[in-house]
Amino acid sequence: MFKIFKYSFFDLMRSRWSLIYAAFYFLFTIGLLWLSNDLSKVVISLMNVILILCPLIATMFGVMYYYNSREFVELLLAQPIRRSAIFWGQYFGLAASLSLSLVIGLGVPFAMYGIFQSAEIFNFSILILNGILLSFIFSGVAFFIALRNEQKIRGFGLAIVAWLFFAVIYDGLLLLALMYFRDYPLERLAIGASLFNPIDLSRILILLKLDISALMGYTGAVFQKFMGTGIGMFLSLSVLLLWIVVPGWAIRWVADRKDF
Amino acid sequence: MIQIQNLHKSFGPLQVLKGVNLDFPATASGASGITAILGPNGSGKTTLIKCILGMVIPSEGEIFVKDQRVKGNWSYRHNIGYLPQIARFPENLSVQELLDFIQDLRGTGGQPEPLIQRFGLEPFLTKRLGHLSGGTRQKVNLVLAFMYDCPLLILDEPTAGLDPVALIQLKALLKEEKAKGKHILITTHIMDFVEDMADEIVFLLEGNIHFRGRPDFLKKQYQSRKLENAIACLLQKMPAPSGGGVAILED
Amino acid sequence: MFIRQRSNKAFLLMLLTLLSLRSYAEGGIIEVCSTCPIQSIKTAIEQADEGDEIRIHSGTYREGTIVVNKSLVLTGLDYPILDGEGAYEILTVTAANVTIQGLHLHNTGNSYLEDRAALRIKRQKNFTIRNNRLTNTFFGIYLEKAGNGIVEGNQIIGLAENEMSSGNAIHAWHCRKIAVKNNLVIGHRDGIYFEFVDSSQVIDNRSERNLRYGLHFMFSNYDSYSCNEFWDNGAGVAVMFSKFIEMTENLFIQNWGRSSYGLLLKEIYDATILDNQFLENTIGINIEGSTRINYLGNRFVRNGWAVKMAGGCLNNNFHQNNFIANTLDLVVSSKINNNSFDGNYWSEYSGYDLNYDGIGDVPYRPVKLFAYILDQTPESIVLLRSLFIDLLNFSEKVSPVFTPADVLDHQPKIDILP
Repeated sequence: MFKIFKYSFFDLMRSRWSLIYAAFYFLFTIGLLWLSNDLSKVVISLMNVILILCPLIATMFGVMYYYNSREFVELLLAQPIRRSAIFWGQYFGLAASLSLSLVIGLGVPFAMYGIFQSAEIFNFSILILNGILLSFIFSGVAFFIALRNEQKIRGFGLAIVAWLFFAVIYDGLLLLALMYFRDYPLERLAIGASLFNPIDLSRILILLKLDISALMGYTGAVFQKFMGTGIGMFLSLSVLLLWIVVPGWAIRWVADRKDF
Repeated sequence: MIQIQNLHKSFGPLQVLKGVNLDFPATASGASGITAILGPNGSGKTTLIKCILGMVIPSEGEIFVKDQRVKGNWSYRHNIGYLPQIARFPENLSVQELLDFIQDLRGTGGQPEPLIQRFGLEPFLTKRLGHLSGGTRQKVNLVLAFMYDCPLLILDEPTAGLDPVALIQLKALLKEEKAKGKHILITTHIMDFVEDMADEIVFLLEGNIHFRGRPDFLKKQYQSRKLENAIACLLQKMPAPSGGGVAILED
Repeated sequence: MFIRQRSNKAFLLMLLTLLSLRSYAEGGIIEVCSTCPIQSIKTAIEQADEGDEIRIHSGTYREGTIVVNKSLVLTGLDYPILDGEGAYEILTVTAANVTIQGLHLHNTGNSYLEDRAALRIKRQKNFTIRNNRLTNTFFGIYLEKAGNGIVEGNQIIGLAENEMSSGNAIHAWHCRKIAVKNNLVIGHRDGIYFEFVDSSQVIDNRSERNLRYGLHFMFSNYDSYSCNEFWDNGAGVAVMFSKFIEMTENLFIQNWGRSSYGLLLKEIYDATILDNQFLENTIGINIEGSTRINYLGNRFVRNGWAVKMAGGCLNNNFHQNNFIANTLDLVVSSKINNNSFDGNYWSEYSGYDLNYDGIGDVPYRPVKLFAYILDQTPESIVLLRSLFIDLLNFSEKVSPVFTPADVLDHQPKIDILP
């Protein structure tokens, strides 16, 4: 798997798209740092962008990369290696290259700005960590979708729908549910539902740092326990990791049973 | 070398292979070196090949390559060199990097240099694969397929996109490989190539083996000088002369 | 040079004369220690004349309640411990002109009946309570109908566990002209409590981890507090039913909790809130039924709600404040609004300034739809900063339906105010 990973990673890192992706983050961050004199405001703006863009780009690139490399995969499949090694290698290669673009695009401007001497360094690293986790999760989901759908158009469509679902629709439905059932105790539902959406999860992970003052204003005991202690951080991180493990396992399951 | 027993494969409602039995003996004696797998579009050629390669999982039946079961196994593929139909590679790797990559995967023993010389690929080694022409990519493809000394070669449309010079070199190469006692399975639409190269034809029709035998036998059977015509007759006059669903004709 | 030396000498001479006069006027010194002729503070007070100084050497004194009924100076040397043994009020001052300094008052025990305090000034003027340590006391310093006094440099550290069974560190009731300066008050119900206290000042204190309020005004008028620090209290400061309170240059920080405020204003009139900092509080300022309040030059940074305004608030004017990275800048509950929010800096403002006058060309709308959703369904806090909520907020911003249309900053500042 590591060999495939290595070559996928090098292949992708040299692609124009990785460069454009990194350049976008770079310019965006530079712009924000330049326009805004408040570092925490920059972190919040970047959070919004990362929560939307990382999943979107990972989903799109994941599907695209799968379909583009399908013929080459046939060659690889005929080599004496495991199937899962091929797809895991490609998946991790893609996710790692996206993550590297993110880290460079965000990290260089912040390093130039002097984040390492700043108190914001912790928030910044949480931000980067979330971006990386989201890149992994959504390229995994994209690979899974593409593996399940040989038709490109269908695969792309489903991937976009998946992104849209996690980025917007899910929260809309959750809000509707919360408002509709507001006479009932809902805090378990609210927290539980967030665990099933990786975007919500990483958002909450960032909120725990940025908006803890507001979060502490909520009265529920479960909430207090979740937000106020390390439990929230720990649980969010572990569920996010689960979001990498499960699609990864699903990729293997589908790949092992698929005809190419 | 290869035993295929009662191979069935269906994709959804579509039955592609309906009980194929094929046996390529392990020794070169009496067995033919180059087997052309022919058949009209959709007859199951590619599916059959992919079953042998483990890319398609049979619905029923068993395949053995060098007495190793194909199902759930991957190490048997050390014995196979494969040339896929479409030559597309990671666009941002150079030719040399791709060769290194495959050798990295398969381990030591690969000998790309003679093949690179043979196909004149030296000037392209540092070029990115995304910048190569189709013909050049096919040559790279050939290098990848032949650079290991595998007892079994599976070539899917090997002539696609090759210029006449490269084609002649390919034919020479195939003859050399055959002389080394290798089994070579080829699918192709170019009947001249089959006539030139094949020692044996396996003709698939609607998921069954319709004909298996030497090409000159087939020509004799239909009294045609060209294999192309004989094949055309074979298609038109079905069911086959002997009357069965599967006709195995030997001379 | 010569003149300066001369004047220095003159000054010294004057000082010496004054000091000698003072010691002459205030009389003698009585020493109390375990090896002294007088070993009890009570005895010393009995034997002392008005104006005497009683010097209490280090040691532990268990004498129940000591009543200071003469104008005396009680000075502790190396913090002698006066132990209430969990059963007694320790010092009760029933005379004017009393100074108490350098003592360590310890362990009064709780009494709900008598509001037991470590040190009580009872209906007296001209007192000075300076540099004492109070530990494990129910009420710390209790000023009862006192005036013209100073409470300065004391450390009052309690272990309050719940509001019902705890007292206030510095408690003033019906007082005038007192100054509370430079004290450290920790772990009580209220850090500093003023009820019917007028014309008084609270300066340079630090109040932290008190269960209810760091500083609490009830029915008190014409007071001011400045340069204090309120950290992690139930609420930083509560000002209730009071008039003409000035609040300047205080720091309200990390007052977190279910109903936790940096500053709570309830039924107050004519106050000025100037140059304070509100950092990371659940609610920066919570305002109920308050009128004619000016908020100038304050900084609100990373609060949950920077300002939450309930009904019945008239003429609250916010000018030249900085609102930076708060979760929500403003919530206004009432539909009628005659408060003004012009000329502040809002870090969420995304408008433009084409004529470069430092003022945004489009008004800023500080109240968001999400604030209302949150009010209705508190659980929806998990959706904070999500794309969906941003979309909702945006559409509401474009055409306000639920949020009051007239709560606007017409002159939002482009740059952070100094």
